[in-house]
Amino acid sequence: MKKLTYILAAFLGLGLNLHAQTPKGSILIKNATVLTVTQGNQENTDVLVQDGVIKQIGKNLSAPSGVTTVDATGKYLMPGIIDAHSHVALDVVNEASSPITSEVRMKDVVNPFEIGIYRALAGGVTVSHAMHGSANVVGGQNATLKHRWGAKDPAEIIMQDAPRTIKFALGENPTRVHGRGNGIQPRTRMGVEAVLRNGFNEAIQYKKAWETYNSAKAQKGNNTPPPAYSERLQTLADILDGKIIIHCHSYRADEIYMLINVARDFGIKKLVFQHTNEGFKVAPEIAEYTMGASVFADWWAYKFEVYYSTAFNAAILHRNGAITSINSDSAELIRHLYHEAAKTQRYGGLTDDEALAMITINPARQLGIDDKVGSIEVGKQADLVIFEGHPLSSYAVPQMTFVDGIKYFDIKKDKDDQRQLVAATEMVEPIFLRADEEAHRCMQDVDAYFEAFQGAFLEEHKH
Amino acid sequence: MKNILKTVYTLLLGFLPLAVLAQIDGEFVKPRSGKFLLQNATVVTITKGTLTNTSVLVENGKIAQIGANLSAGDAEVIDCTGMFVYPGMIDSGTRLGMVEVSSVPETVDYAEIGNVTPNMQALTTINPNAEAIGVTRVSGVTTVLAVPTGGLFPGTAALINLNGYTPDQMFGGFKAVVMNFPSSGRRGRFDRRSDDDIKKDAEKAMKEADEIWNNAKNYLELKNAGASLQYYPEMEHLSKVLTKELPLLIQVNAASDIQNAIKWIEGKDIQVIFSGVAEGWRVAEEIAKAGIPVITGPVQDLPTRQSDRYDAAYANAGKMAKAGVKVALRTDEEENVRNLPFHAAFAAAYGLGKDEAWKAVTINPAEIMGIADQYGSVEVGKRANLIVSTGDPFETRTQIMHVFIDGYRIPLSNRHIRLYQEFLERSPGLKAN
Repeated sequence: MKKLTYILAAFLGLGLNLHAQTPKGSILIKNATVLTVTQGNQENTDVLVQDGVIKQIGKNLSAPSGVTTVDATGKYLMPGIIDAHSHVALDVVNEASSPITSEVRMKDVVNPFEIGIYRALAGGVTVSHAMHGSANVVGGQNATLKHRWGAKDPAEIIMQDAPRTIKFALGENPTRVHGRGNGIQPRTRMGVEAVLRNGFNEAIQYKKAWETYNSAKAQKGNNTPPPAYSERLQTLADILDGKIIIHCHSYRADEIYMLINVARDFGIKKLVFQHTNEGFKVAPEIAEYTMGASVFADWWAYKFEVYYSTAFNAAILHRNGAITSINSDSAELIRHLYHEAAKTQRYGGLTDDEALAMITINPARQLGIDDKVGSIEVGKQADLVIFEGHPLSSYAVPQMTFVDGIKYFDIKKDKDDQRQLVAATEMVEPIFLRADEEAHRCMQDVDAYFEAFQGAFLEEHKH
Repeated sequence: MKNILKTVYTLLLGFLPLAVLAQIDGEFVKPRSGKFLLQNATVVTITKGTLTNTSVLVENGKIAQIGANLSAGDAEVIDCTGMFVYPGMIDSGTRLGMVEVSSVPETVDYAEIGNVTPNMQALTTINPNAEAIGVTRVSGVTTVLAVPTGGLFPGTAALINLNGYTPDQMFGGFKAVVMNFPSSGRRGRFDRRSDDDIKKDAEKAMKEADEIWNNAKNYLELKNAGASLQYYPEMEHLSKVLTKELPLLIQVNAASDIQNAIKWIEGKDIQVIFSGVAEGWRVAEEIAKAGIPVITGPVQDLPTRQSDRYDAAYANAGKMAKAGVKVALRTDEEENVRNLPFHAAFAAAYGLGKDEAWKAVTINPAEIMGIADQYGSVEVGKRANLIVSTGDPFETRTQIMHVFIDGYRIPLSNRHIRLYQEFLERSPGLKAN
């Protein structure tokens, strides 16, 4: 019996190993202008990648046998772009059935066949943060993806070595879905705070109940029954224990400040704000108490809580010392984040390195993966993009995109139809005429909650 | 006694302005007209090449002189050494000024109820003080086409300059009746109709369009014959297309719809402009052959089909231009019309080229709208819609230094900039509660 268990365990272990075995490549990129982001620019420089890892950065490197060389003369090489807010490659986005649904996981709904992954690669994006939507105060746990296009197993595009993150949401979306749509708390920003404080206090009690049980269990002859297991409360407890990074959809300064206070009261330090359009108003607080903000370059006025926005938001946050990234939250924008980052030069005059950091090392820090990706440094994973033209130029065109040293996009080898999977039942290919309806998915899958409302609801309320 | 009171009141009234001044800090900078000499710039005229070390004199709202050694006279001199002068950019399809906050229905004025409402005037609903107008014009976009949306004939679009206190002061001299050509495409992921239903709906809409068109023709014939007609504003407006008083701006995107639209206008003696034209690249030769000018965009957009190349929308304008179509660009935006130069840059990088991209936001729309005598290039006699920049305005690193609209010098301020000024170094900062 014991033997069988060992064999089973060995098999399981082997299975897990196979599972983690994602493709890794070796390549020598020659003679590029290397934008390392963290260690300055190096002209006419080579980057050697072996088994998916950056091994050497220098001049006149030669390719070990079997390693392909790519000539990047006259071109720019930058780290793979990281999008800290995306819904690409997700089959569903919102589990809006309760103000707190911390038990659900986006890892369960990853779709490696979505064409959006390839389109993101064509814009130099190698890592995306596939997030739950913003319909509830505490949404589901997000998945950090590596864009290994062509993978058939969802697990292969999940970045297995990335820490856990979870989606929170404040303001108009959760108050509309539950307060106005369902007639339950929260209907106001006061209610949002209450949902959070009640949730965390419940999690503390839950933790205590388990601690009490576990210490009682150790005593002889004890037959206290265990408390009921709750994935929902366990996840909140994990947040309190610092095991999960909160990524919170937020717009107004008051609600941002509120969550900072809640986090401080509960000893939570791993907190990133998403969208954060009024972050500039509380930039010193964001800088002092959180892991910063991930913002749009210039989106505003599409709803009331973003009416008092400024395109200088990223620059103000950055200058006040907050870690700041530029994200897409859009299947369209994700394709030109290099251009979105460049807007910080028009609005605030950031330097090239500061602007590039907003889509590389800064989002990496906010996702807890800055030791692995986000800059061109020896020892980091070889997620790289070659650009024709400086990536912050409006005329820049991505040429090749590598993930773990494997080339997944090459403009010269781009076919017209890059789909991996075509539904057999699809007779006429749909033409989506205003594609941006497809692009913004923060409030996708919540229409069932609004049957009493006018049908235009979803099209009107984006993000 | 009465006289004394009167004297007291008069004195008090006399002091009022002083009292008010005492409560207001700072000074509001308004747009102002005058005589300006933009001295020693590189002038990118669009139509007459690029002129170095050249000055431009702005007077009475017009470009009065262009030359190397213009004397300033009594003009205010603006030193443009090392800087560039371009014509103001034109966005040929927006909802700017017609909406304040798009999720708040009370502020959305671009879509009226009804299928046939060509008498809805975009110009009527332009709010000269819309926050987005100030935000837009500092980017160098000085003129936009405001386009109503909605049913089959949703209304009449109007060209506006982004300065003025009434819609009439802003009006740019071009209007067009809008038609949303019946579509065989899916409207987005929330459109869950079956393929058959979409086809049926399109056929039904086409039939309806024909009926409406015939009604307009009948209306015009009866009117010309001197018949006494009932008040019928919809037909009155549609008949303006038949008399060529106004062009028909046909919004059409899917390839098969574009082909149908080309067929539909055959034999109709009207002036037509296509707008949208997302799949124009699929039928570019046919559009060129039909000689129909095109306003296309947004450029930064997803492909219309899953099977399309990722850059289909970026490359669309370039492919149509190569086929011989006259192309202008639009953002189809409201609050972010300021991104027009970046849409143009993407079109340029993906096949249109820089020169043609510039034309697509200046002289081409001016020619398509029949206003090229006043707009679209830096030429003597044209309206002084000008921008002065540190470099190529399509590049994000470039700063726009001056904007002139109708000869008015526009203050480079708006809410986005004021918030930056206030919050970059907030006081109190972190502590000092």
